[in-house]
Order: sequence, then C-alpha cells, then structure tokens
Amino acid sequence: MSAPASPQILAEGVDKTFRSPDGQEVVALRGIQLAVTPGEFVCLLGPSGCGKSTLLNAIAGFSLPTAGTLLANGRPVTEPGPDRAMVFQEYALFPWMTIAKNIAFGLEIKGESRETIDRKVAELLKLLSLAEFANRFPKDLSGGMRQRVAIARVLALDAPILLMDEPFGALDALTRRNLQDEVLRIWTEFKTTILFVTHGIEESIYLADRIVVMTYRPGTVKTVVPVTLPRPRDTASPEFNALKRHLTGLVMEEQRRHEEDEIRRH
Amino acid sequence: MSAAGGGTGKRIVQALLVPVAVLALWEGLSRAGFINPLILPSPTKVALRWWSYLSPQKPFDAAEGPYLTWLVSGELLHDAAASLFRVFAGFLIGGSLGLGLGLLMGVSSTVYRLMNPLVQILRPIPPIAYIPLAILWFGLGNPPAFFLISLGAFFPILLNTIAGVRNVDAIYVRAARNLGAGGLVMFRRVILPAAAPHILTGVRVGYGVAFIVVIVAEMIAVNSGLGYRILEAREFFWPDKIIAGMITIGVIGLGIDTALNKFSNHLLRWHRSLESS
Repeated sequence: MSAPASPQILAEGVDKTFRSPDGQEVVALRGIQLAVTPGEFVCLLGPSGCGKSTLLNAIAGFSLPTAGTLLANGRPVTEPGPDRAMVFQEYALFPWMTIAKNIAFGLEIKGESRETIDRKVAELLKLLSLAEFANRFPKDLSGGMRQRVAIARVLALDAPILLMDEPFGALDALTRRNLQDEVLRIWTEFKTTILFVTHGIEESIYLADRIVVMTYRPGTVKTVVPVTLPRPRDTASPEFNALKRHLTGLVMEEQRRHEEDEIRRH
Repeated sequence: MSAAGGGTGKRIVQALLVPVAVLALWEGLSRAGFINPLILPSPTKVALRWWSYLSPQKPFDAAEGPYLTWLVSGELLHDAAASLFRVFAGFLIGGSLGLGLGLLMGVSSTVYRLMNPLVQILRPIPPIAYIPLAILWFGLGNPPAFFLISLGAFFPILLNTIAGVRNVDAIYVRAARNLGAGGLVMFRRVILPAAAPHILTGVRVGYGVAFIVVIVAEMIAVNSGLGYRILEAREFFWPDKIIAGMITIGVIGLGIDTALNKFSNHLLRWHRSLESS
C-alpha cells in the first residue's frame, strides 16, 4: 500500500497569454496538465511556437502563468530560484568569470564556506572532465565544453529539479550524443528530476521516461508517450524506430499547422 | 604571412621611415635657409630647446638640497606634473560623477527618464564653451580648470556607462537570478562586469577629452602647466619652445593612453573581441 509520490512538478490548467508586438493576443499555453514525479526524466517535444520553452520558463519562474496552478517542489512558483536550476541553450556562462568561478557562483550566493565551495567545484570539474579548464575563461572553450560548465554550474546547487531548454540545440551531432550520455549518467547518479525541452525527436526518445508532445498555438498537451526501452537505448533498434515513426507523425502534424499559420500571416 | 609582414627589424624600419624622412627634409630646408626660423625652427633647435626645457635651470648646489631634487627641478617636469595633476584630479571628479550617475540611470528607468532630457540638452555643449562661466564661477587658478576637465571626462563616461548597463544581455541576468542572485550581488558580480567593456571605453574617451581640456584650460585660467608654457613661449617668440612643449604633450598623451589600454585589456582579458589581439 504505497501512496503515489507527490509530484515534483505539477501544472494544473496552466494558461499563458501575452500580447505580441503588433498588439494581438497570443495564447502560448492553454490548460496545461502535467505532473512530473520525483526522479523522472520528461521531455517536452514540439515544433517551435508550441510553448514548450514558455512552460519551462514558467516553471523556472521567469515568466509566470496567467492562469492555473503551478507547483514545484510542493510550493507555488512565484519567482526564479536555485531549487529549479536551468541550463540554457545559449549556455549563459558569465564570460568574465573563470570556469571554476562560474561553477562556484551559486555556492557563493548560498553562503557556503570556502572549503565546501572549493571541494564541490573540484568534484564537479572532475565529474564533467573540465579539470584542466578550471582557470580558463568561457571564450577559450568550445560549445560542448561550455555546456558542460553550465551543467556543472547547476549541479553545484543540488537542485531537486533540472530544467533544460534545448541545451544541445547548438551543438554538432557527436558532441550532442556525448553530452546526452553525460546527462543520463548524472541523472542516474543524482536522481534529479529533469524536464528537458527539445525539438529533436530522436533526442527525446534517447533520453526520456515520458515524452510530452505539445500542439502548436495554443500550446496544449497533445499526447504523452511513455518510453519503456531499457537504457542505454539503441537508436538503431526496431523498437526505437517504431517509436520515432510514431512521434514524427505527431510532431509533423503540429509542424504543418505552424507553417500554414506562418503563410497565413504573411 | 601577410604581405606587410617580415621580421621585427623590417617593421621598425618601416615605422621610422616616414618620420625620419620628414625630419630630414625639415632640417635640410631649415639649414638651406628656405624656412624662417622664427616661424619654424629646425628640428635640432627644437631638440636642444627641449633638452634645456627638461634640464635644471640652475647648476647643482649641494647647499640647496639633495641631488635628486635638483635633477627634477627642470621647468618641463614641473609643467608636466602640474598638467597631470589637473587631469587626474578633474578626471577623478568628473569620472566618478559620470560613473555614479550612469550606473543609476542604467539600472533605474525612473532615474533614466528623469535625467535623460537634461543630459541630452547639456551633452552637445563642448566643455570649452564653459570657459567663460568657469572663470565667472571659480575665478582663476585650479578650480576652473578642475571644473572644465571634469566636465570633459563626465559625459563620455556617463553615456558609455548608461549604454553598458542598459545593454547587459538579459540572459546573464536570468542565469544569475536562477542561481539565486539578486540585489547587490547581481549588481556587483553580473551587471557591473557585463557593462565593463562599455565603461572602459568611456574611461578612455573621457581621458582623451580631459587631456584636451587641460591644455586649453591652462592657456586661459592658470599660470603653470604645459598649456600655459606653450602660450607663454609664443609671447616671447620662442617657436622652438612651443614645439618642444607640443611634443611633450604628445608623448605624455600617448604614454597615458597606452597605459590605459593595457589596463583595460587586462581587466577585459575574458572578453571575446580581444581573443585575437
């Protein structure tokens, strides 16, 4: 008799409307229902304009919903906070800080002792194979290495929730696969709840426990596809490809709606 | 290898070629009597005059003080020190006011909306145009010079600081908020460093204007400094000393600009645009 664990992230009837620059009201999210259980890896999948990043930003506290309930770690989301650590597509490293300083920043804000900070930074540098870059500046690093630093920076916070906004979108395929494996390794080790936004169908199948497919404007949950394939997943297996075919069909429906909408507006 | 490449020796030769040729031509024309020495004295005369301007005016006398004091008792060094003191003092006043107001206007859009109209009205007035007012308000001596120089440094630093703070990439602010930063931490560790490239550009431009203004102010309001000395030399019909003073001004200006450049490159060593330099 075990009660279902209370969700790490809970969205109920979440709406988000905003006014576009030409004065029109855009419904970015409508009636989002989503419950992410602790330790779950969930991908938000959809074409651009489906509101997946809007939902992530709402959970991060950057831009709050206009209606509905949004809970993270059992508390209503009212502002950004280090309990929902975010990895951005643009890395968002502080270029004026060395790699070690970037990783230490969150810990310094928390007011951790110097020894704790130094120890944790050293651990994370090692964990993400960044040790030799400790005293370099972000400009000296490749995109893949920068994203490793961004991941180390949020891991330093010990956040129960990791939000990732198309983190590997700007990377080449090989670097991306490498970092996907890295994230899976970290997820297994740290038991973090991960909400991962992507428009990569293969990426979402490779990573997620569940894939939330979203519709193009207004952004709603079209369907939720569980992925039960054992990890590490073989992207060439028939099961993987069956799932890929199924999801491609779903996403392409929304992509077509997106394109028709673009044509109509021009 | 670029076309203009080659060894260090070759580059030095290339760099010196035109200046040396100009000097040689000038010297030759002067010696041949083609140029009136009262209008343009020969380079050697200027160099000799520069040397005597630099050297102590009286022979060394142990009774009057230590050797080192005597060694730096030349007129040029006193003038240079007086000018530099004015630049630094004025720059410090104008620069800190510009930086302070700029940070406020950059961070707070209320302060920006309140102050910007006044700034825009005053900004195009060249500091030189304040000379009559400066004398009326502060009389003669250092105070009007400080006023004019700080005015010269103020606007470039103010405007660049505003631009720097207002153009901080929102992604840094979001990342910092996500990591738990707010208030003073956000300002000191994110906004300020992110605005630093702009601010340092303002510092260099502001220093450049301050250096122009100090020379003008010295021609008008005070009786020491390099600007005063070259105007005084005109009254005595000493064109060699005018040029010696001008060269001194140029060398000091170049020296400070190089130092500022080095300093700013060091502070911005993390900056992308410096990657290849």
